[in-house]
Amino acid sequence: MDNLLSIVTFIPAVAAAILALLLRGDDEDARRNAKWVALFATSATFLVSLFILFGFDPQNTGFQFVEEGEWLLGLQYKMGVDGISILFVMLTTFMMPLVIAASWDVTHRVKEYMIAFLLLETLMLGVFMALDLVLFYLFFEAGLIPMFLIIGIWGGKERIYASFKFFLYTFLGSVLMLVAMVGMFSDAGTTDITALLTHEFGSEDFSVLGIHIVGGMQTLMWLAFFASFAVKMPMWPVHTWLPDAHVQAPTAGSVVLAAILLKMGGYGFLRFSLPMFPVGSEVMGPLVLWMSAIAIVYTSLVALVQEDMKKLIAYSSVAHMGFVTMGIFAANQQGIDGAIFQMISHGFISGALFLCVGVIYDRMHTRDIDAYGGLVNRMPAYALIFMLFTMANVGLPGTSGFVGEFLTLMAVFQVNTWVAAVATTGVIFSAGYALWLYRRVVMGDLIKESLKSITDMTRRERAIFAPLVVMTILLGVYPSLVTDIIGPSVEALVGNYETALASAKAAVQHASN
Amino acid sequence: MIQADLNVILPEIMLAVYAMAALLVAVYTGKDKLAPMLVWLTAAGMVIIAAIVGLSGDGTNVAFGGMFVDDAFSRFAKVTILLSAAAVLVMSQDYMTRRGLLRFEYPILVALASVGMMMMVSAGDLMALYMGLELQSLALYVVASLRRDSAKSTEAGLKYFVLGALSSGLLLYGASLVYGYSGTTLFSGIIQAAQHGEVSLGMLFGLIFVISGLAFKVSAVPFHMWTPDVYEGSPTPVTAFFATAPKMAAMGLFARVAHDAFGGIVADWSQVIALLSLLSMFLGAVAAIGQTNIKRLMAYSSIAHMGYALMGLAAGTAFGVQALLVYMVIYVTMNVGTFAFILMMEKDGQPVTDIRSLGMYSKREPGRALAMLVLLFSLAGVPPMLGFFGKLYVLRAAYDAGLAWLAIAGVVASVIGAFYYLRIVYYMYFGDDESEALDQGSGTPVLWGFLMASAAVMVLGIINMFGVEGAAAAAAAVLVN
Repeated sequence: MDNLLSIVTFIPAVAAAILALLLRGDDEDARRNAKWVALFATSATFLVSLFILFGFDPQNTGFQFVEEGEWLLGLQYKMGVDGISILFVMLTTFMMPLVIAASWDVTHRVKEYMIAFLLLETLMLGVFMALDLVLFYLFFEAGLIPMFLIIGIWGGKERIYASFKFFLYTFLGSVLMLVAMVGMFSDAGTTDITALLTHEFGSEDFSVLGIHIVGGMQTLMWLAFFASFAVKMPMWPVHTWLPDAHVQAPTAGSVVLAAILLKMGGYGFLRFSLPMFPVGSEVMGPLVLWMSAIAIVYTSLVALVQEDMKKLIAYSSVAHMGFVTMGIFAANQQGIDGAIFQMISHGFISGALFLCVGVIYDRMHTRDIDAYGGLVNRMPAYALIFMLFTMANVGLPGTSGFVGEFLTLMAVFQVNTWVAAVATTGVIFSAGYALWLYRRVVMGDLIKESLKSITDMTRRERAIFAPLVVMTILLGVYPSLVTDIIGPSVEALVGNYETALASAKAAVQHASN
Repeated sequence: MIQADLNVILPEIMLAVYAMAALLVAVYTGKDKLAPMLVWLTAAGMVIIAAIVGLSGDGTNVAFGGMFVDDAFSRFAKVTILLSAAAVLVMSQDYMTRRGLLRFEYPILVALASVGMMMMVSAGDLMALYMGLELQSLALYVVASLRRDSAKSTEAGLKYFVLGALSSGLLLYGASLVYGYSGTTLFSGIIQAAQHGEVSLGMLFGLIFVISGLAFKVSAVPFHMWTPDVYEGSPTPVTAFFATAPKMAAMGLFARVAHDAFGGIVADWSQVIALLSLLSMFLGAVAAIGQTNIKRLMAYSSIAHMGYALMGLAAGTAFGVQALLVYMVIYVTMNVGTFAFILMMEKDGQPVTDIRSLGMYSKREPGRALAMLVLLFSLAGVPPMLGFFGKLYVLRAAYDAGLAWLAIAGVVASVIGAFYYLRIVYYMYFGDDESEALDQGSGTPVLWGFLMASAAVMVLGIINMFGVEGAAAAAAAVLVN
């Protein structure tokens, strides 16, 4: 099994090809077949990916399961996982069967829908496994195409605007990264990520058009990568595409977007920005910390006044991603551990919250908070599950949401006390908007006529939530499950970062003497 | 001596003799009744000649005292030109027959234009260059106005002719200056006279005029004005032809003149071409946004694509030329597929060019819509389609040559340009169903085949580019040394 990673990556794509080429017609049978093929393929992917998880050796901080092959233009087809990427791979394979199951009631162009999601899974897995710059970019960018179609075809009323904004916004961010990648290719002579991780890019100051650039080439390349990952993340102030995309996307699209696609930005920071451009990260780090703090407070306040449930959760996602960027650029063990933990846990929690919205949207076809109230009377099971995830979103100890926030805050406190102080207020705001949302939707008397006949969750819906509930609580009470796997790799990352920083400083010192 | 010379230009002679023989036969026998057969015969002949050229071994052969050069570069360009011309000919047959446009002159003129193009990419002398260019252009002027009873088509031909004559004038003026200051029309002589640091002002003037004339032929901004009108006015198969083979030929000629004749003063022309490239990319991206006519849209798209291809040339390196060639091959392949799709756009048997008529096309023709989707994303340069690798090539060439600013401008323009490709996707996939539907199942299996093949190439080509990469590298190596 020396090409396990490729097998996992391309199972969904093969299933998509089978659907596209072999499935004919659009009757009831064809739809059911499309759904079952998709569910089977994503489940198979998850099961096969368990081999990666169990075969993974956490103590080995290098890349494992590596596959290599020649490709055009001097590039390589190279795949591999390490402690940083493996959990993102698992998160993706874990979420996709749930996403497919959550789309069981789709009736409009089912075959195309399933093909889009299957292709998207292949591309997302590729992002987390690629060990070649251009291969990474290929997967990273190609994911835009199925997502563009998912929002545009199966989205809400304003879907056209949202899909164009999503595509062009993220495309613009990424192409600058492409230029930086071309620059790295020229500078290092290779696109192999393992080689680039040890390559030292120039960090002597220079001037461009009269602007003095501290950190030189590294800072410029860091900025180009930042343009891409910050949009993807998304960080304030380039987050505005996210609420639009989330609100207009179908439920399953929102889940994928929140649970997995947003994590690509954080993964990119960890894979490229921090280890490859340590000087750039050092120079720009404080700015990122402050942007994160602003994001946490600002978007939490914005979330407070939203009238659309999905929009509220979208803004809360931006706030939670603020903790991630803050943790990453604190650049110490706790910060990065916390950031990865937060991303994984946010994958479960935000995915579940969007599914919660989906449950009542499927029944009432509105996402206005005002249209609901007192759901607990008719939907006790729903109320319980929604409460669990609301609490997890707030960061209640005992849920996975707490661990990530706590670790990142602690890490930032050591680096910049003021940022930590500002960011901590965000925790309070998040309690504010989340609990208030819960009160308005679930609590109180059931007075609205339209809700009188609403039904509680079906067995299928409960089955979808069960794994998410388990993971959220499990990671909350036993976080070592995650930190044991990522710990050694993160330690190596932080160690390399500090060594590289010291040697770059010594080199600059040496040059100036 | 003459025997050896003729051997070198044998492929050109074969095609030219065939064209003239076909003309005679058709005139004295069945005239237009022969036309469908002539189309297939010409296409088959082109494919055979492409095979002869492509398999004729390697090495450089020079004929007529250096006026005609047969090397890896010209062979690469000729194969591309002949195959794309053959593809477009075959694609046009049904369309033209049904509209009564298929005259026997059409395949013959295309064959003659192809001879001109083959001359262009093999030119080793300013005179040979001009001869090839005019042979190509005169044939193209005529096919542009093939639809004699249509004011638009006649206008397209006339416009093309007048502006083409102007550009030829510019080119000739430049050529005469170059001749005056170097004392020779042979590229091998010019390159000795035009060495870095000792180039005279008159020579530079000549160079600029030559570049202007060539920029006209590749429709680079600011010499692009004829393109949208000619694309729109000409019958669609002719537009498809304009967008493919002549572009490759003009680009090949451009590269040949720049490196063979002026290879000693790369720094002087590289900045001019970089500017042409920058302007083309941005104008092509911005001006197409407002277009609803798909032929005009493709005209601006081709202007933008020429900008990217010129980025490779502006690098002034062997890798840059390789990038240019790879880019052009990908561009030509994409355009063959896209125009196959456009040729199939019909309502009640009449051609339609308004992109709004594509509303919800994907519902009625899922296969074709998917293929077009792949082509559009490829045109926009979105990975994983092959179009992305073309862009990656030229970006890398530009960056390595110290033109990082051009690379950054190029990617920004590609984002702007992505909008109008997405807009077609929008009509096909998300648009409203209210517009009157296009005919279903229109077009011939030939068109369908070209569309599907082109889309498949865009997806499968990323595995190894079907070996084009190595051939382009070899071609670039002989040109730049």
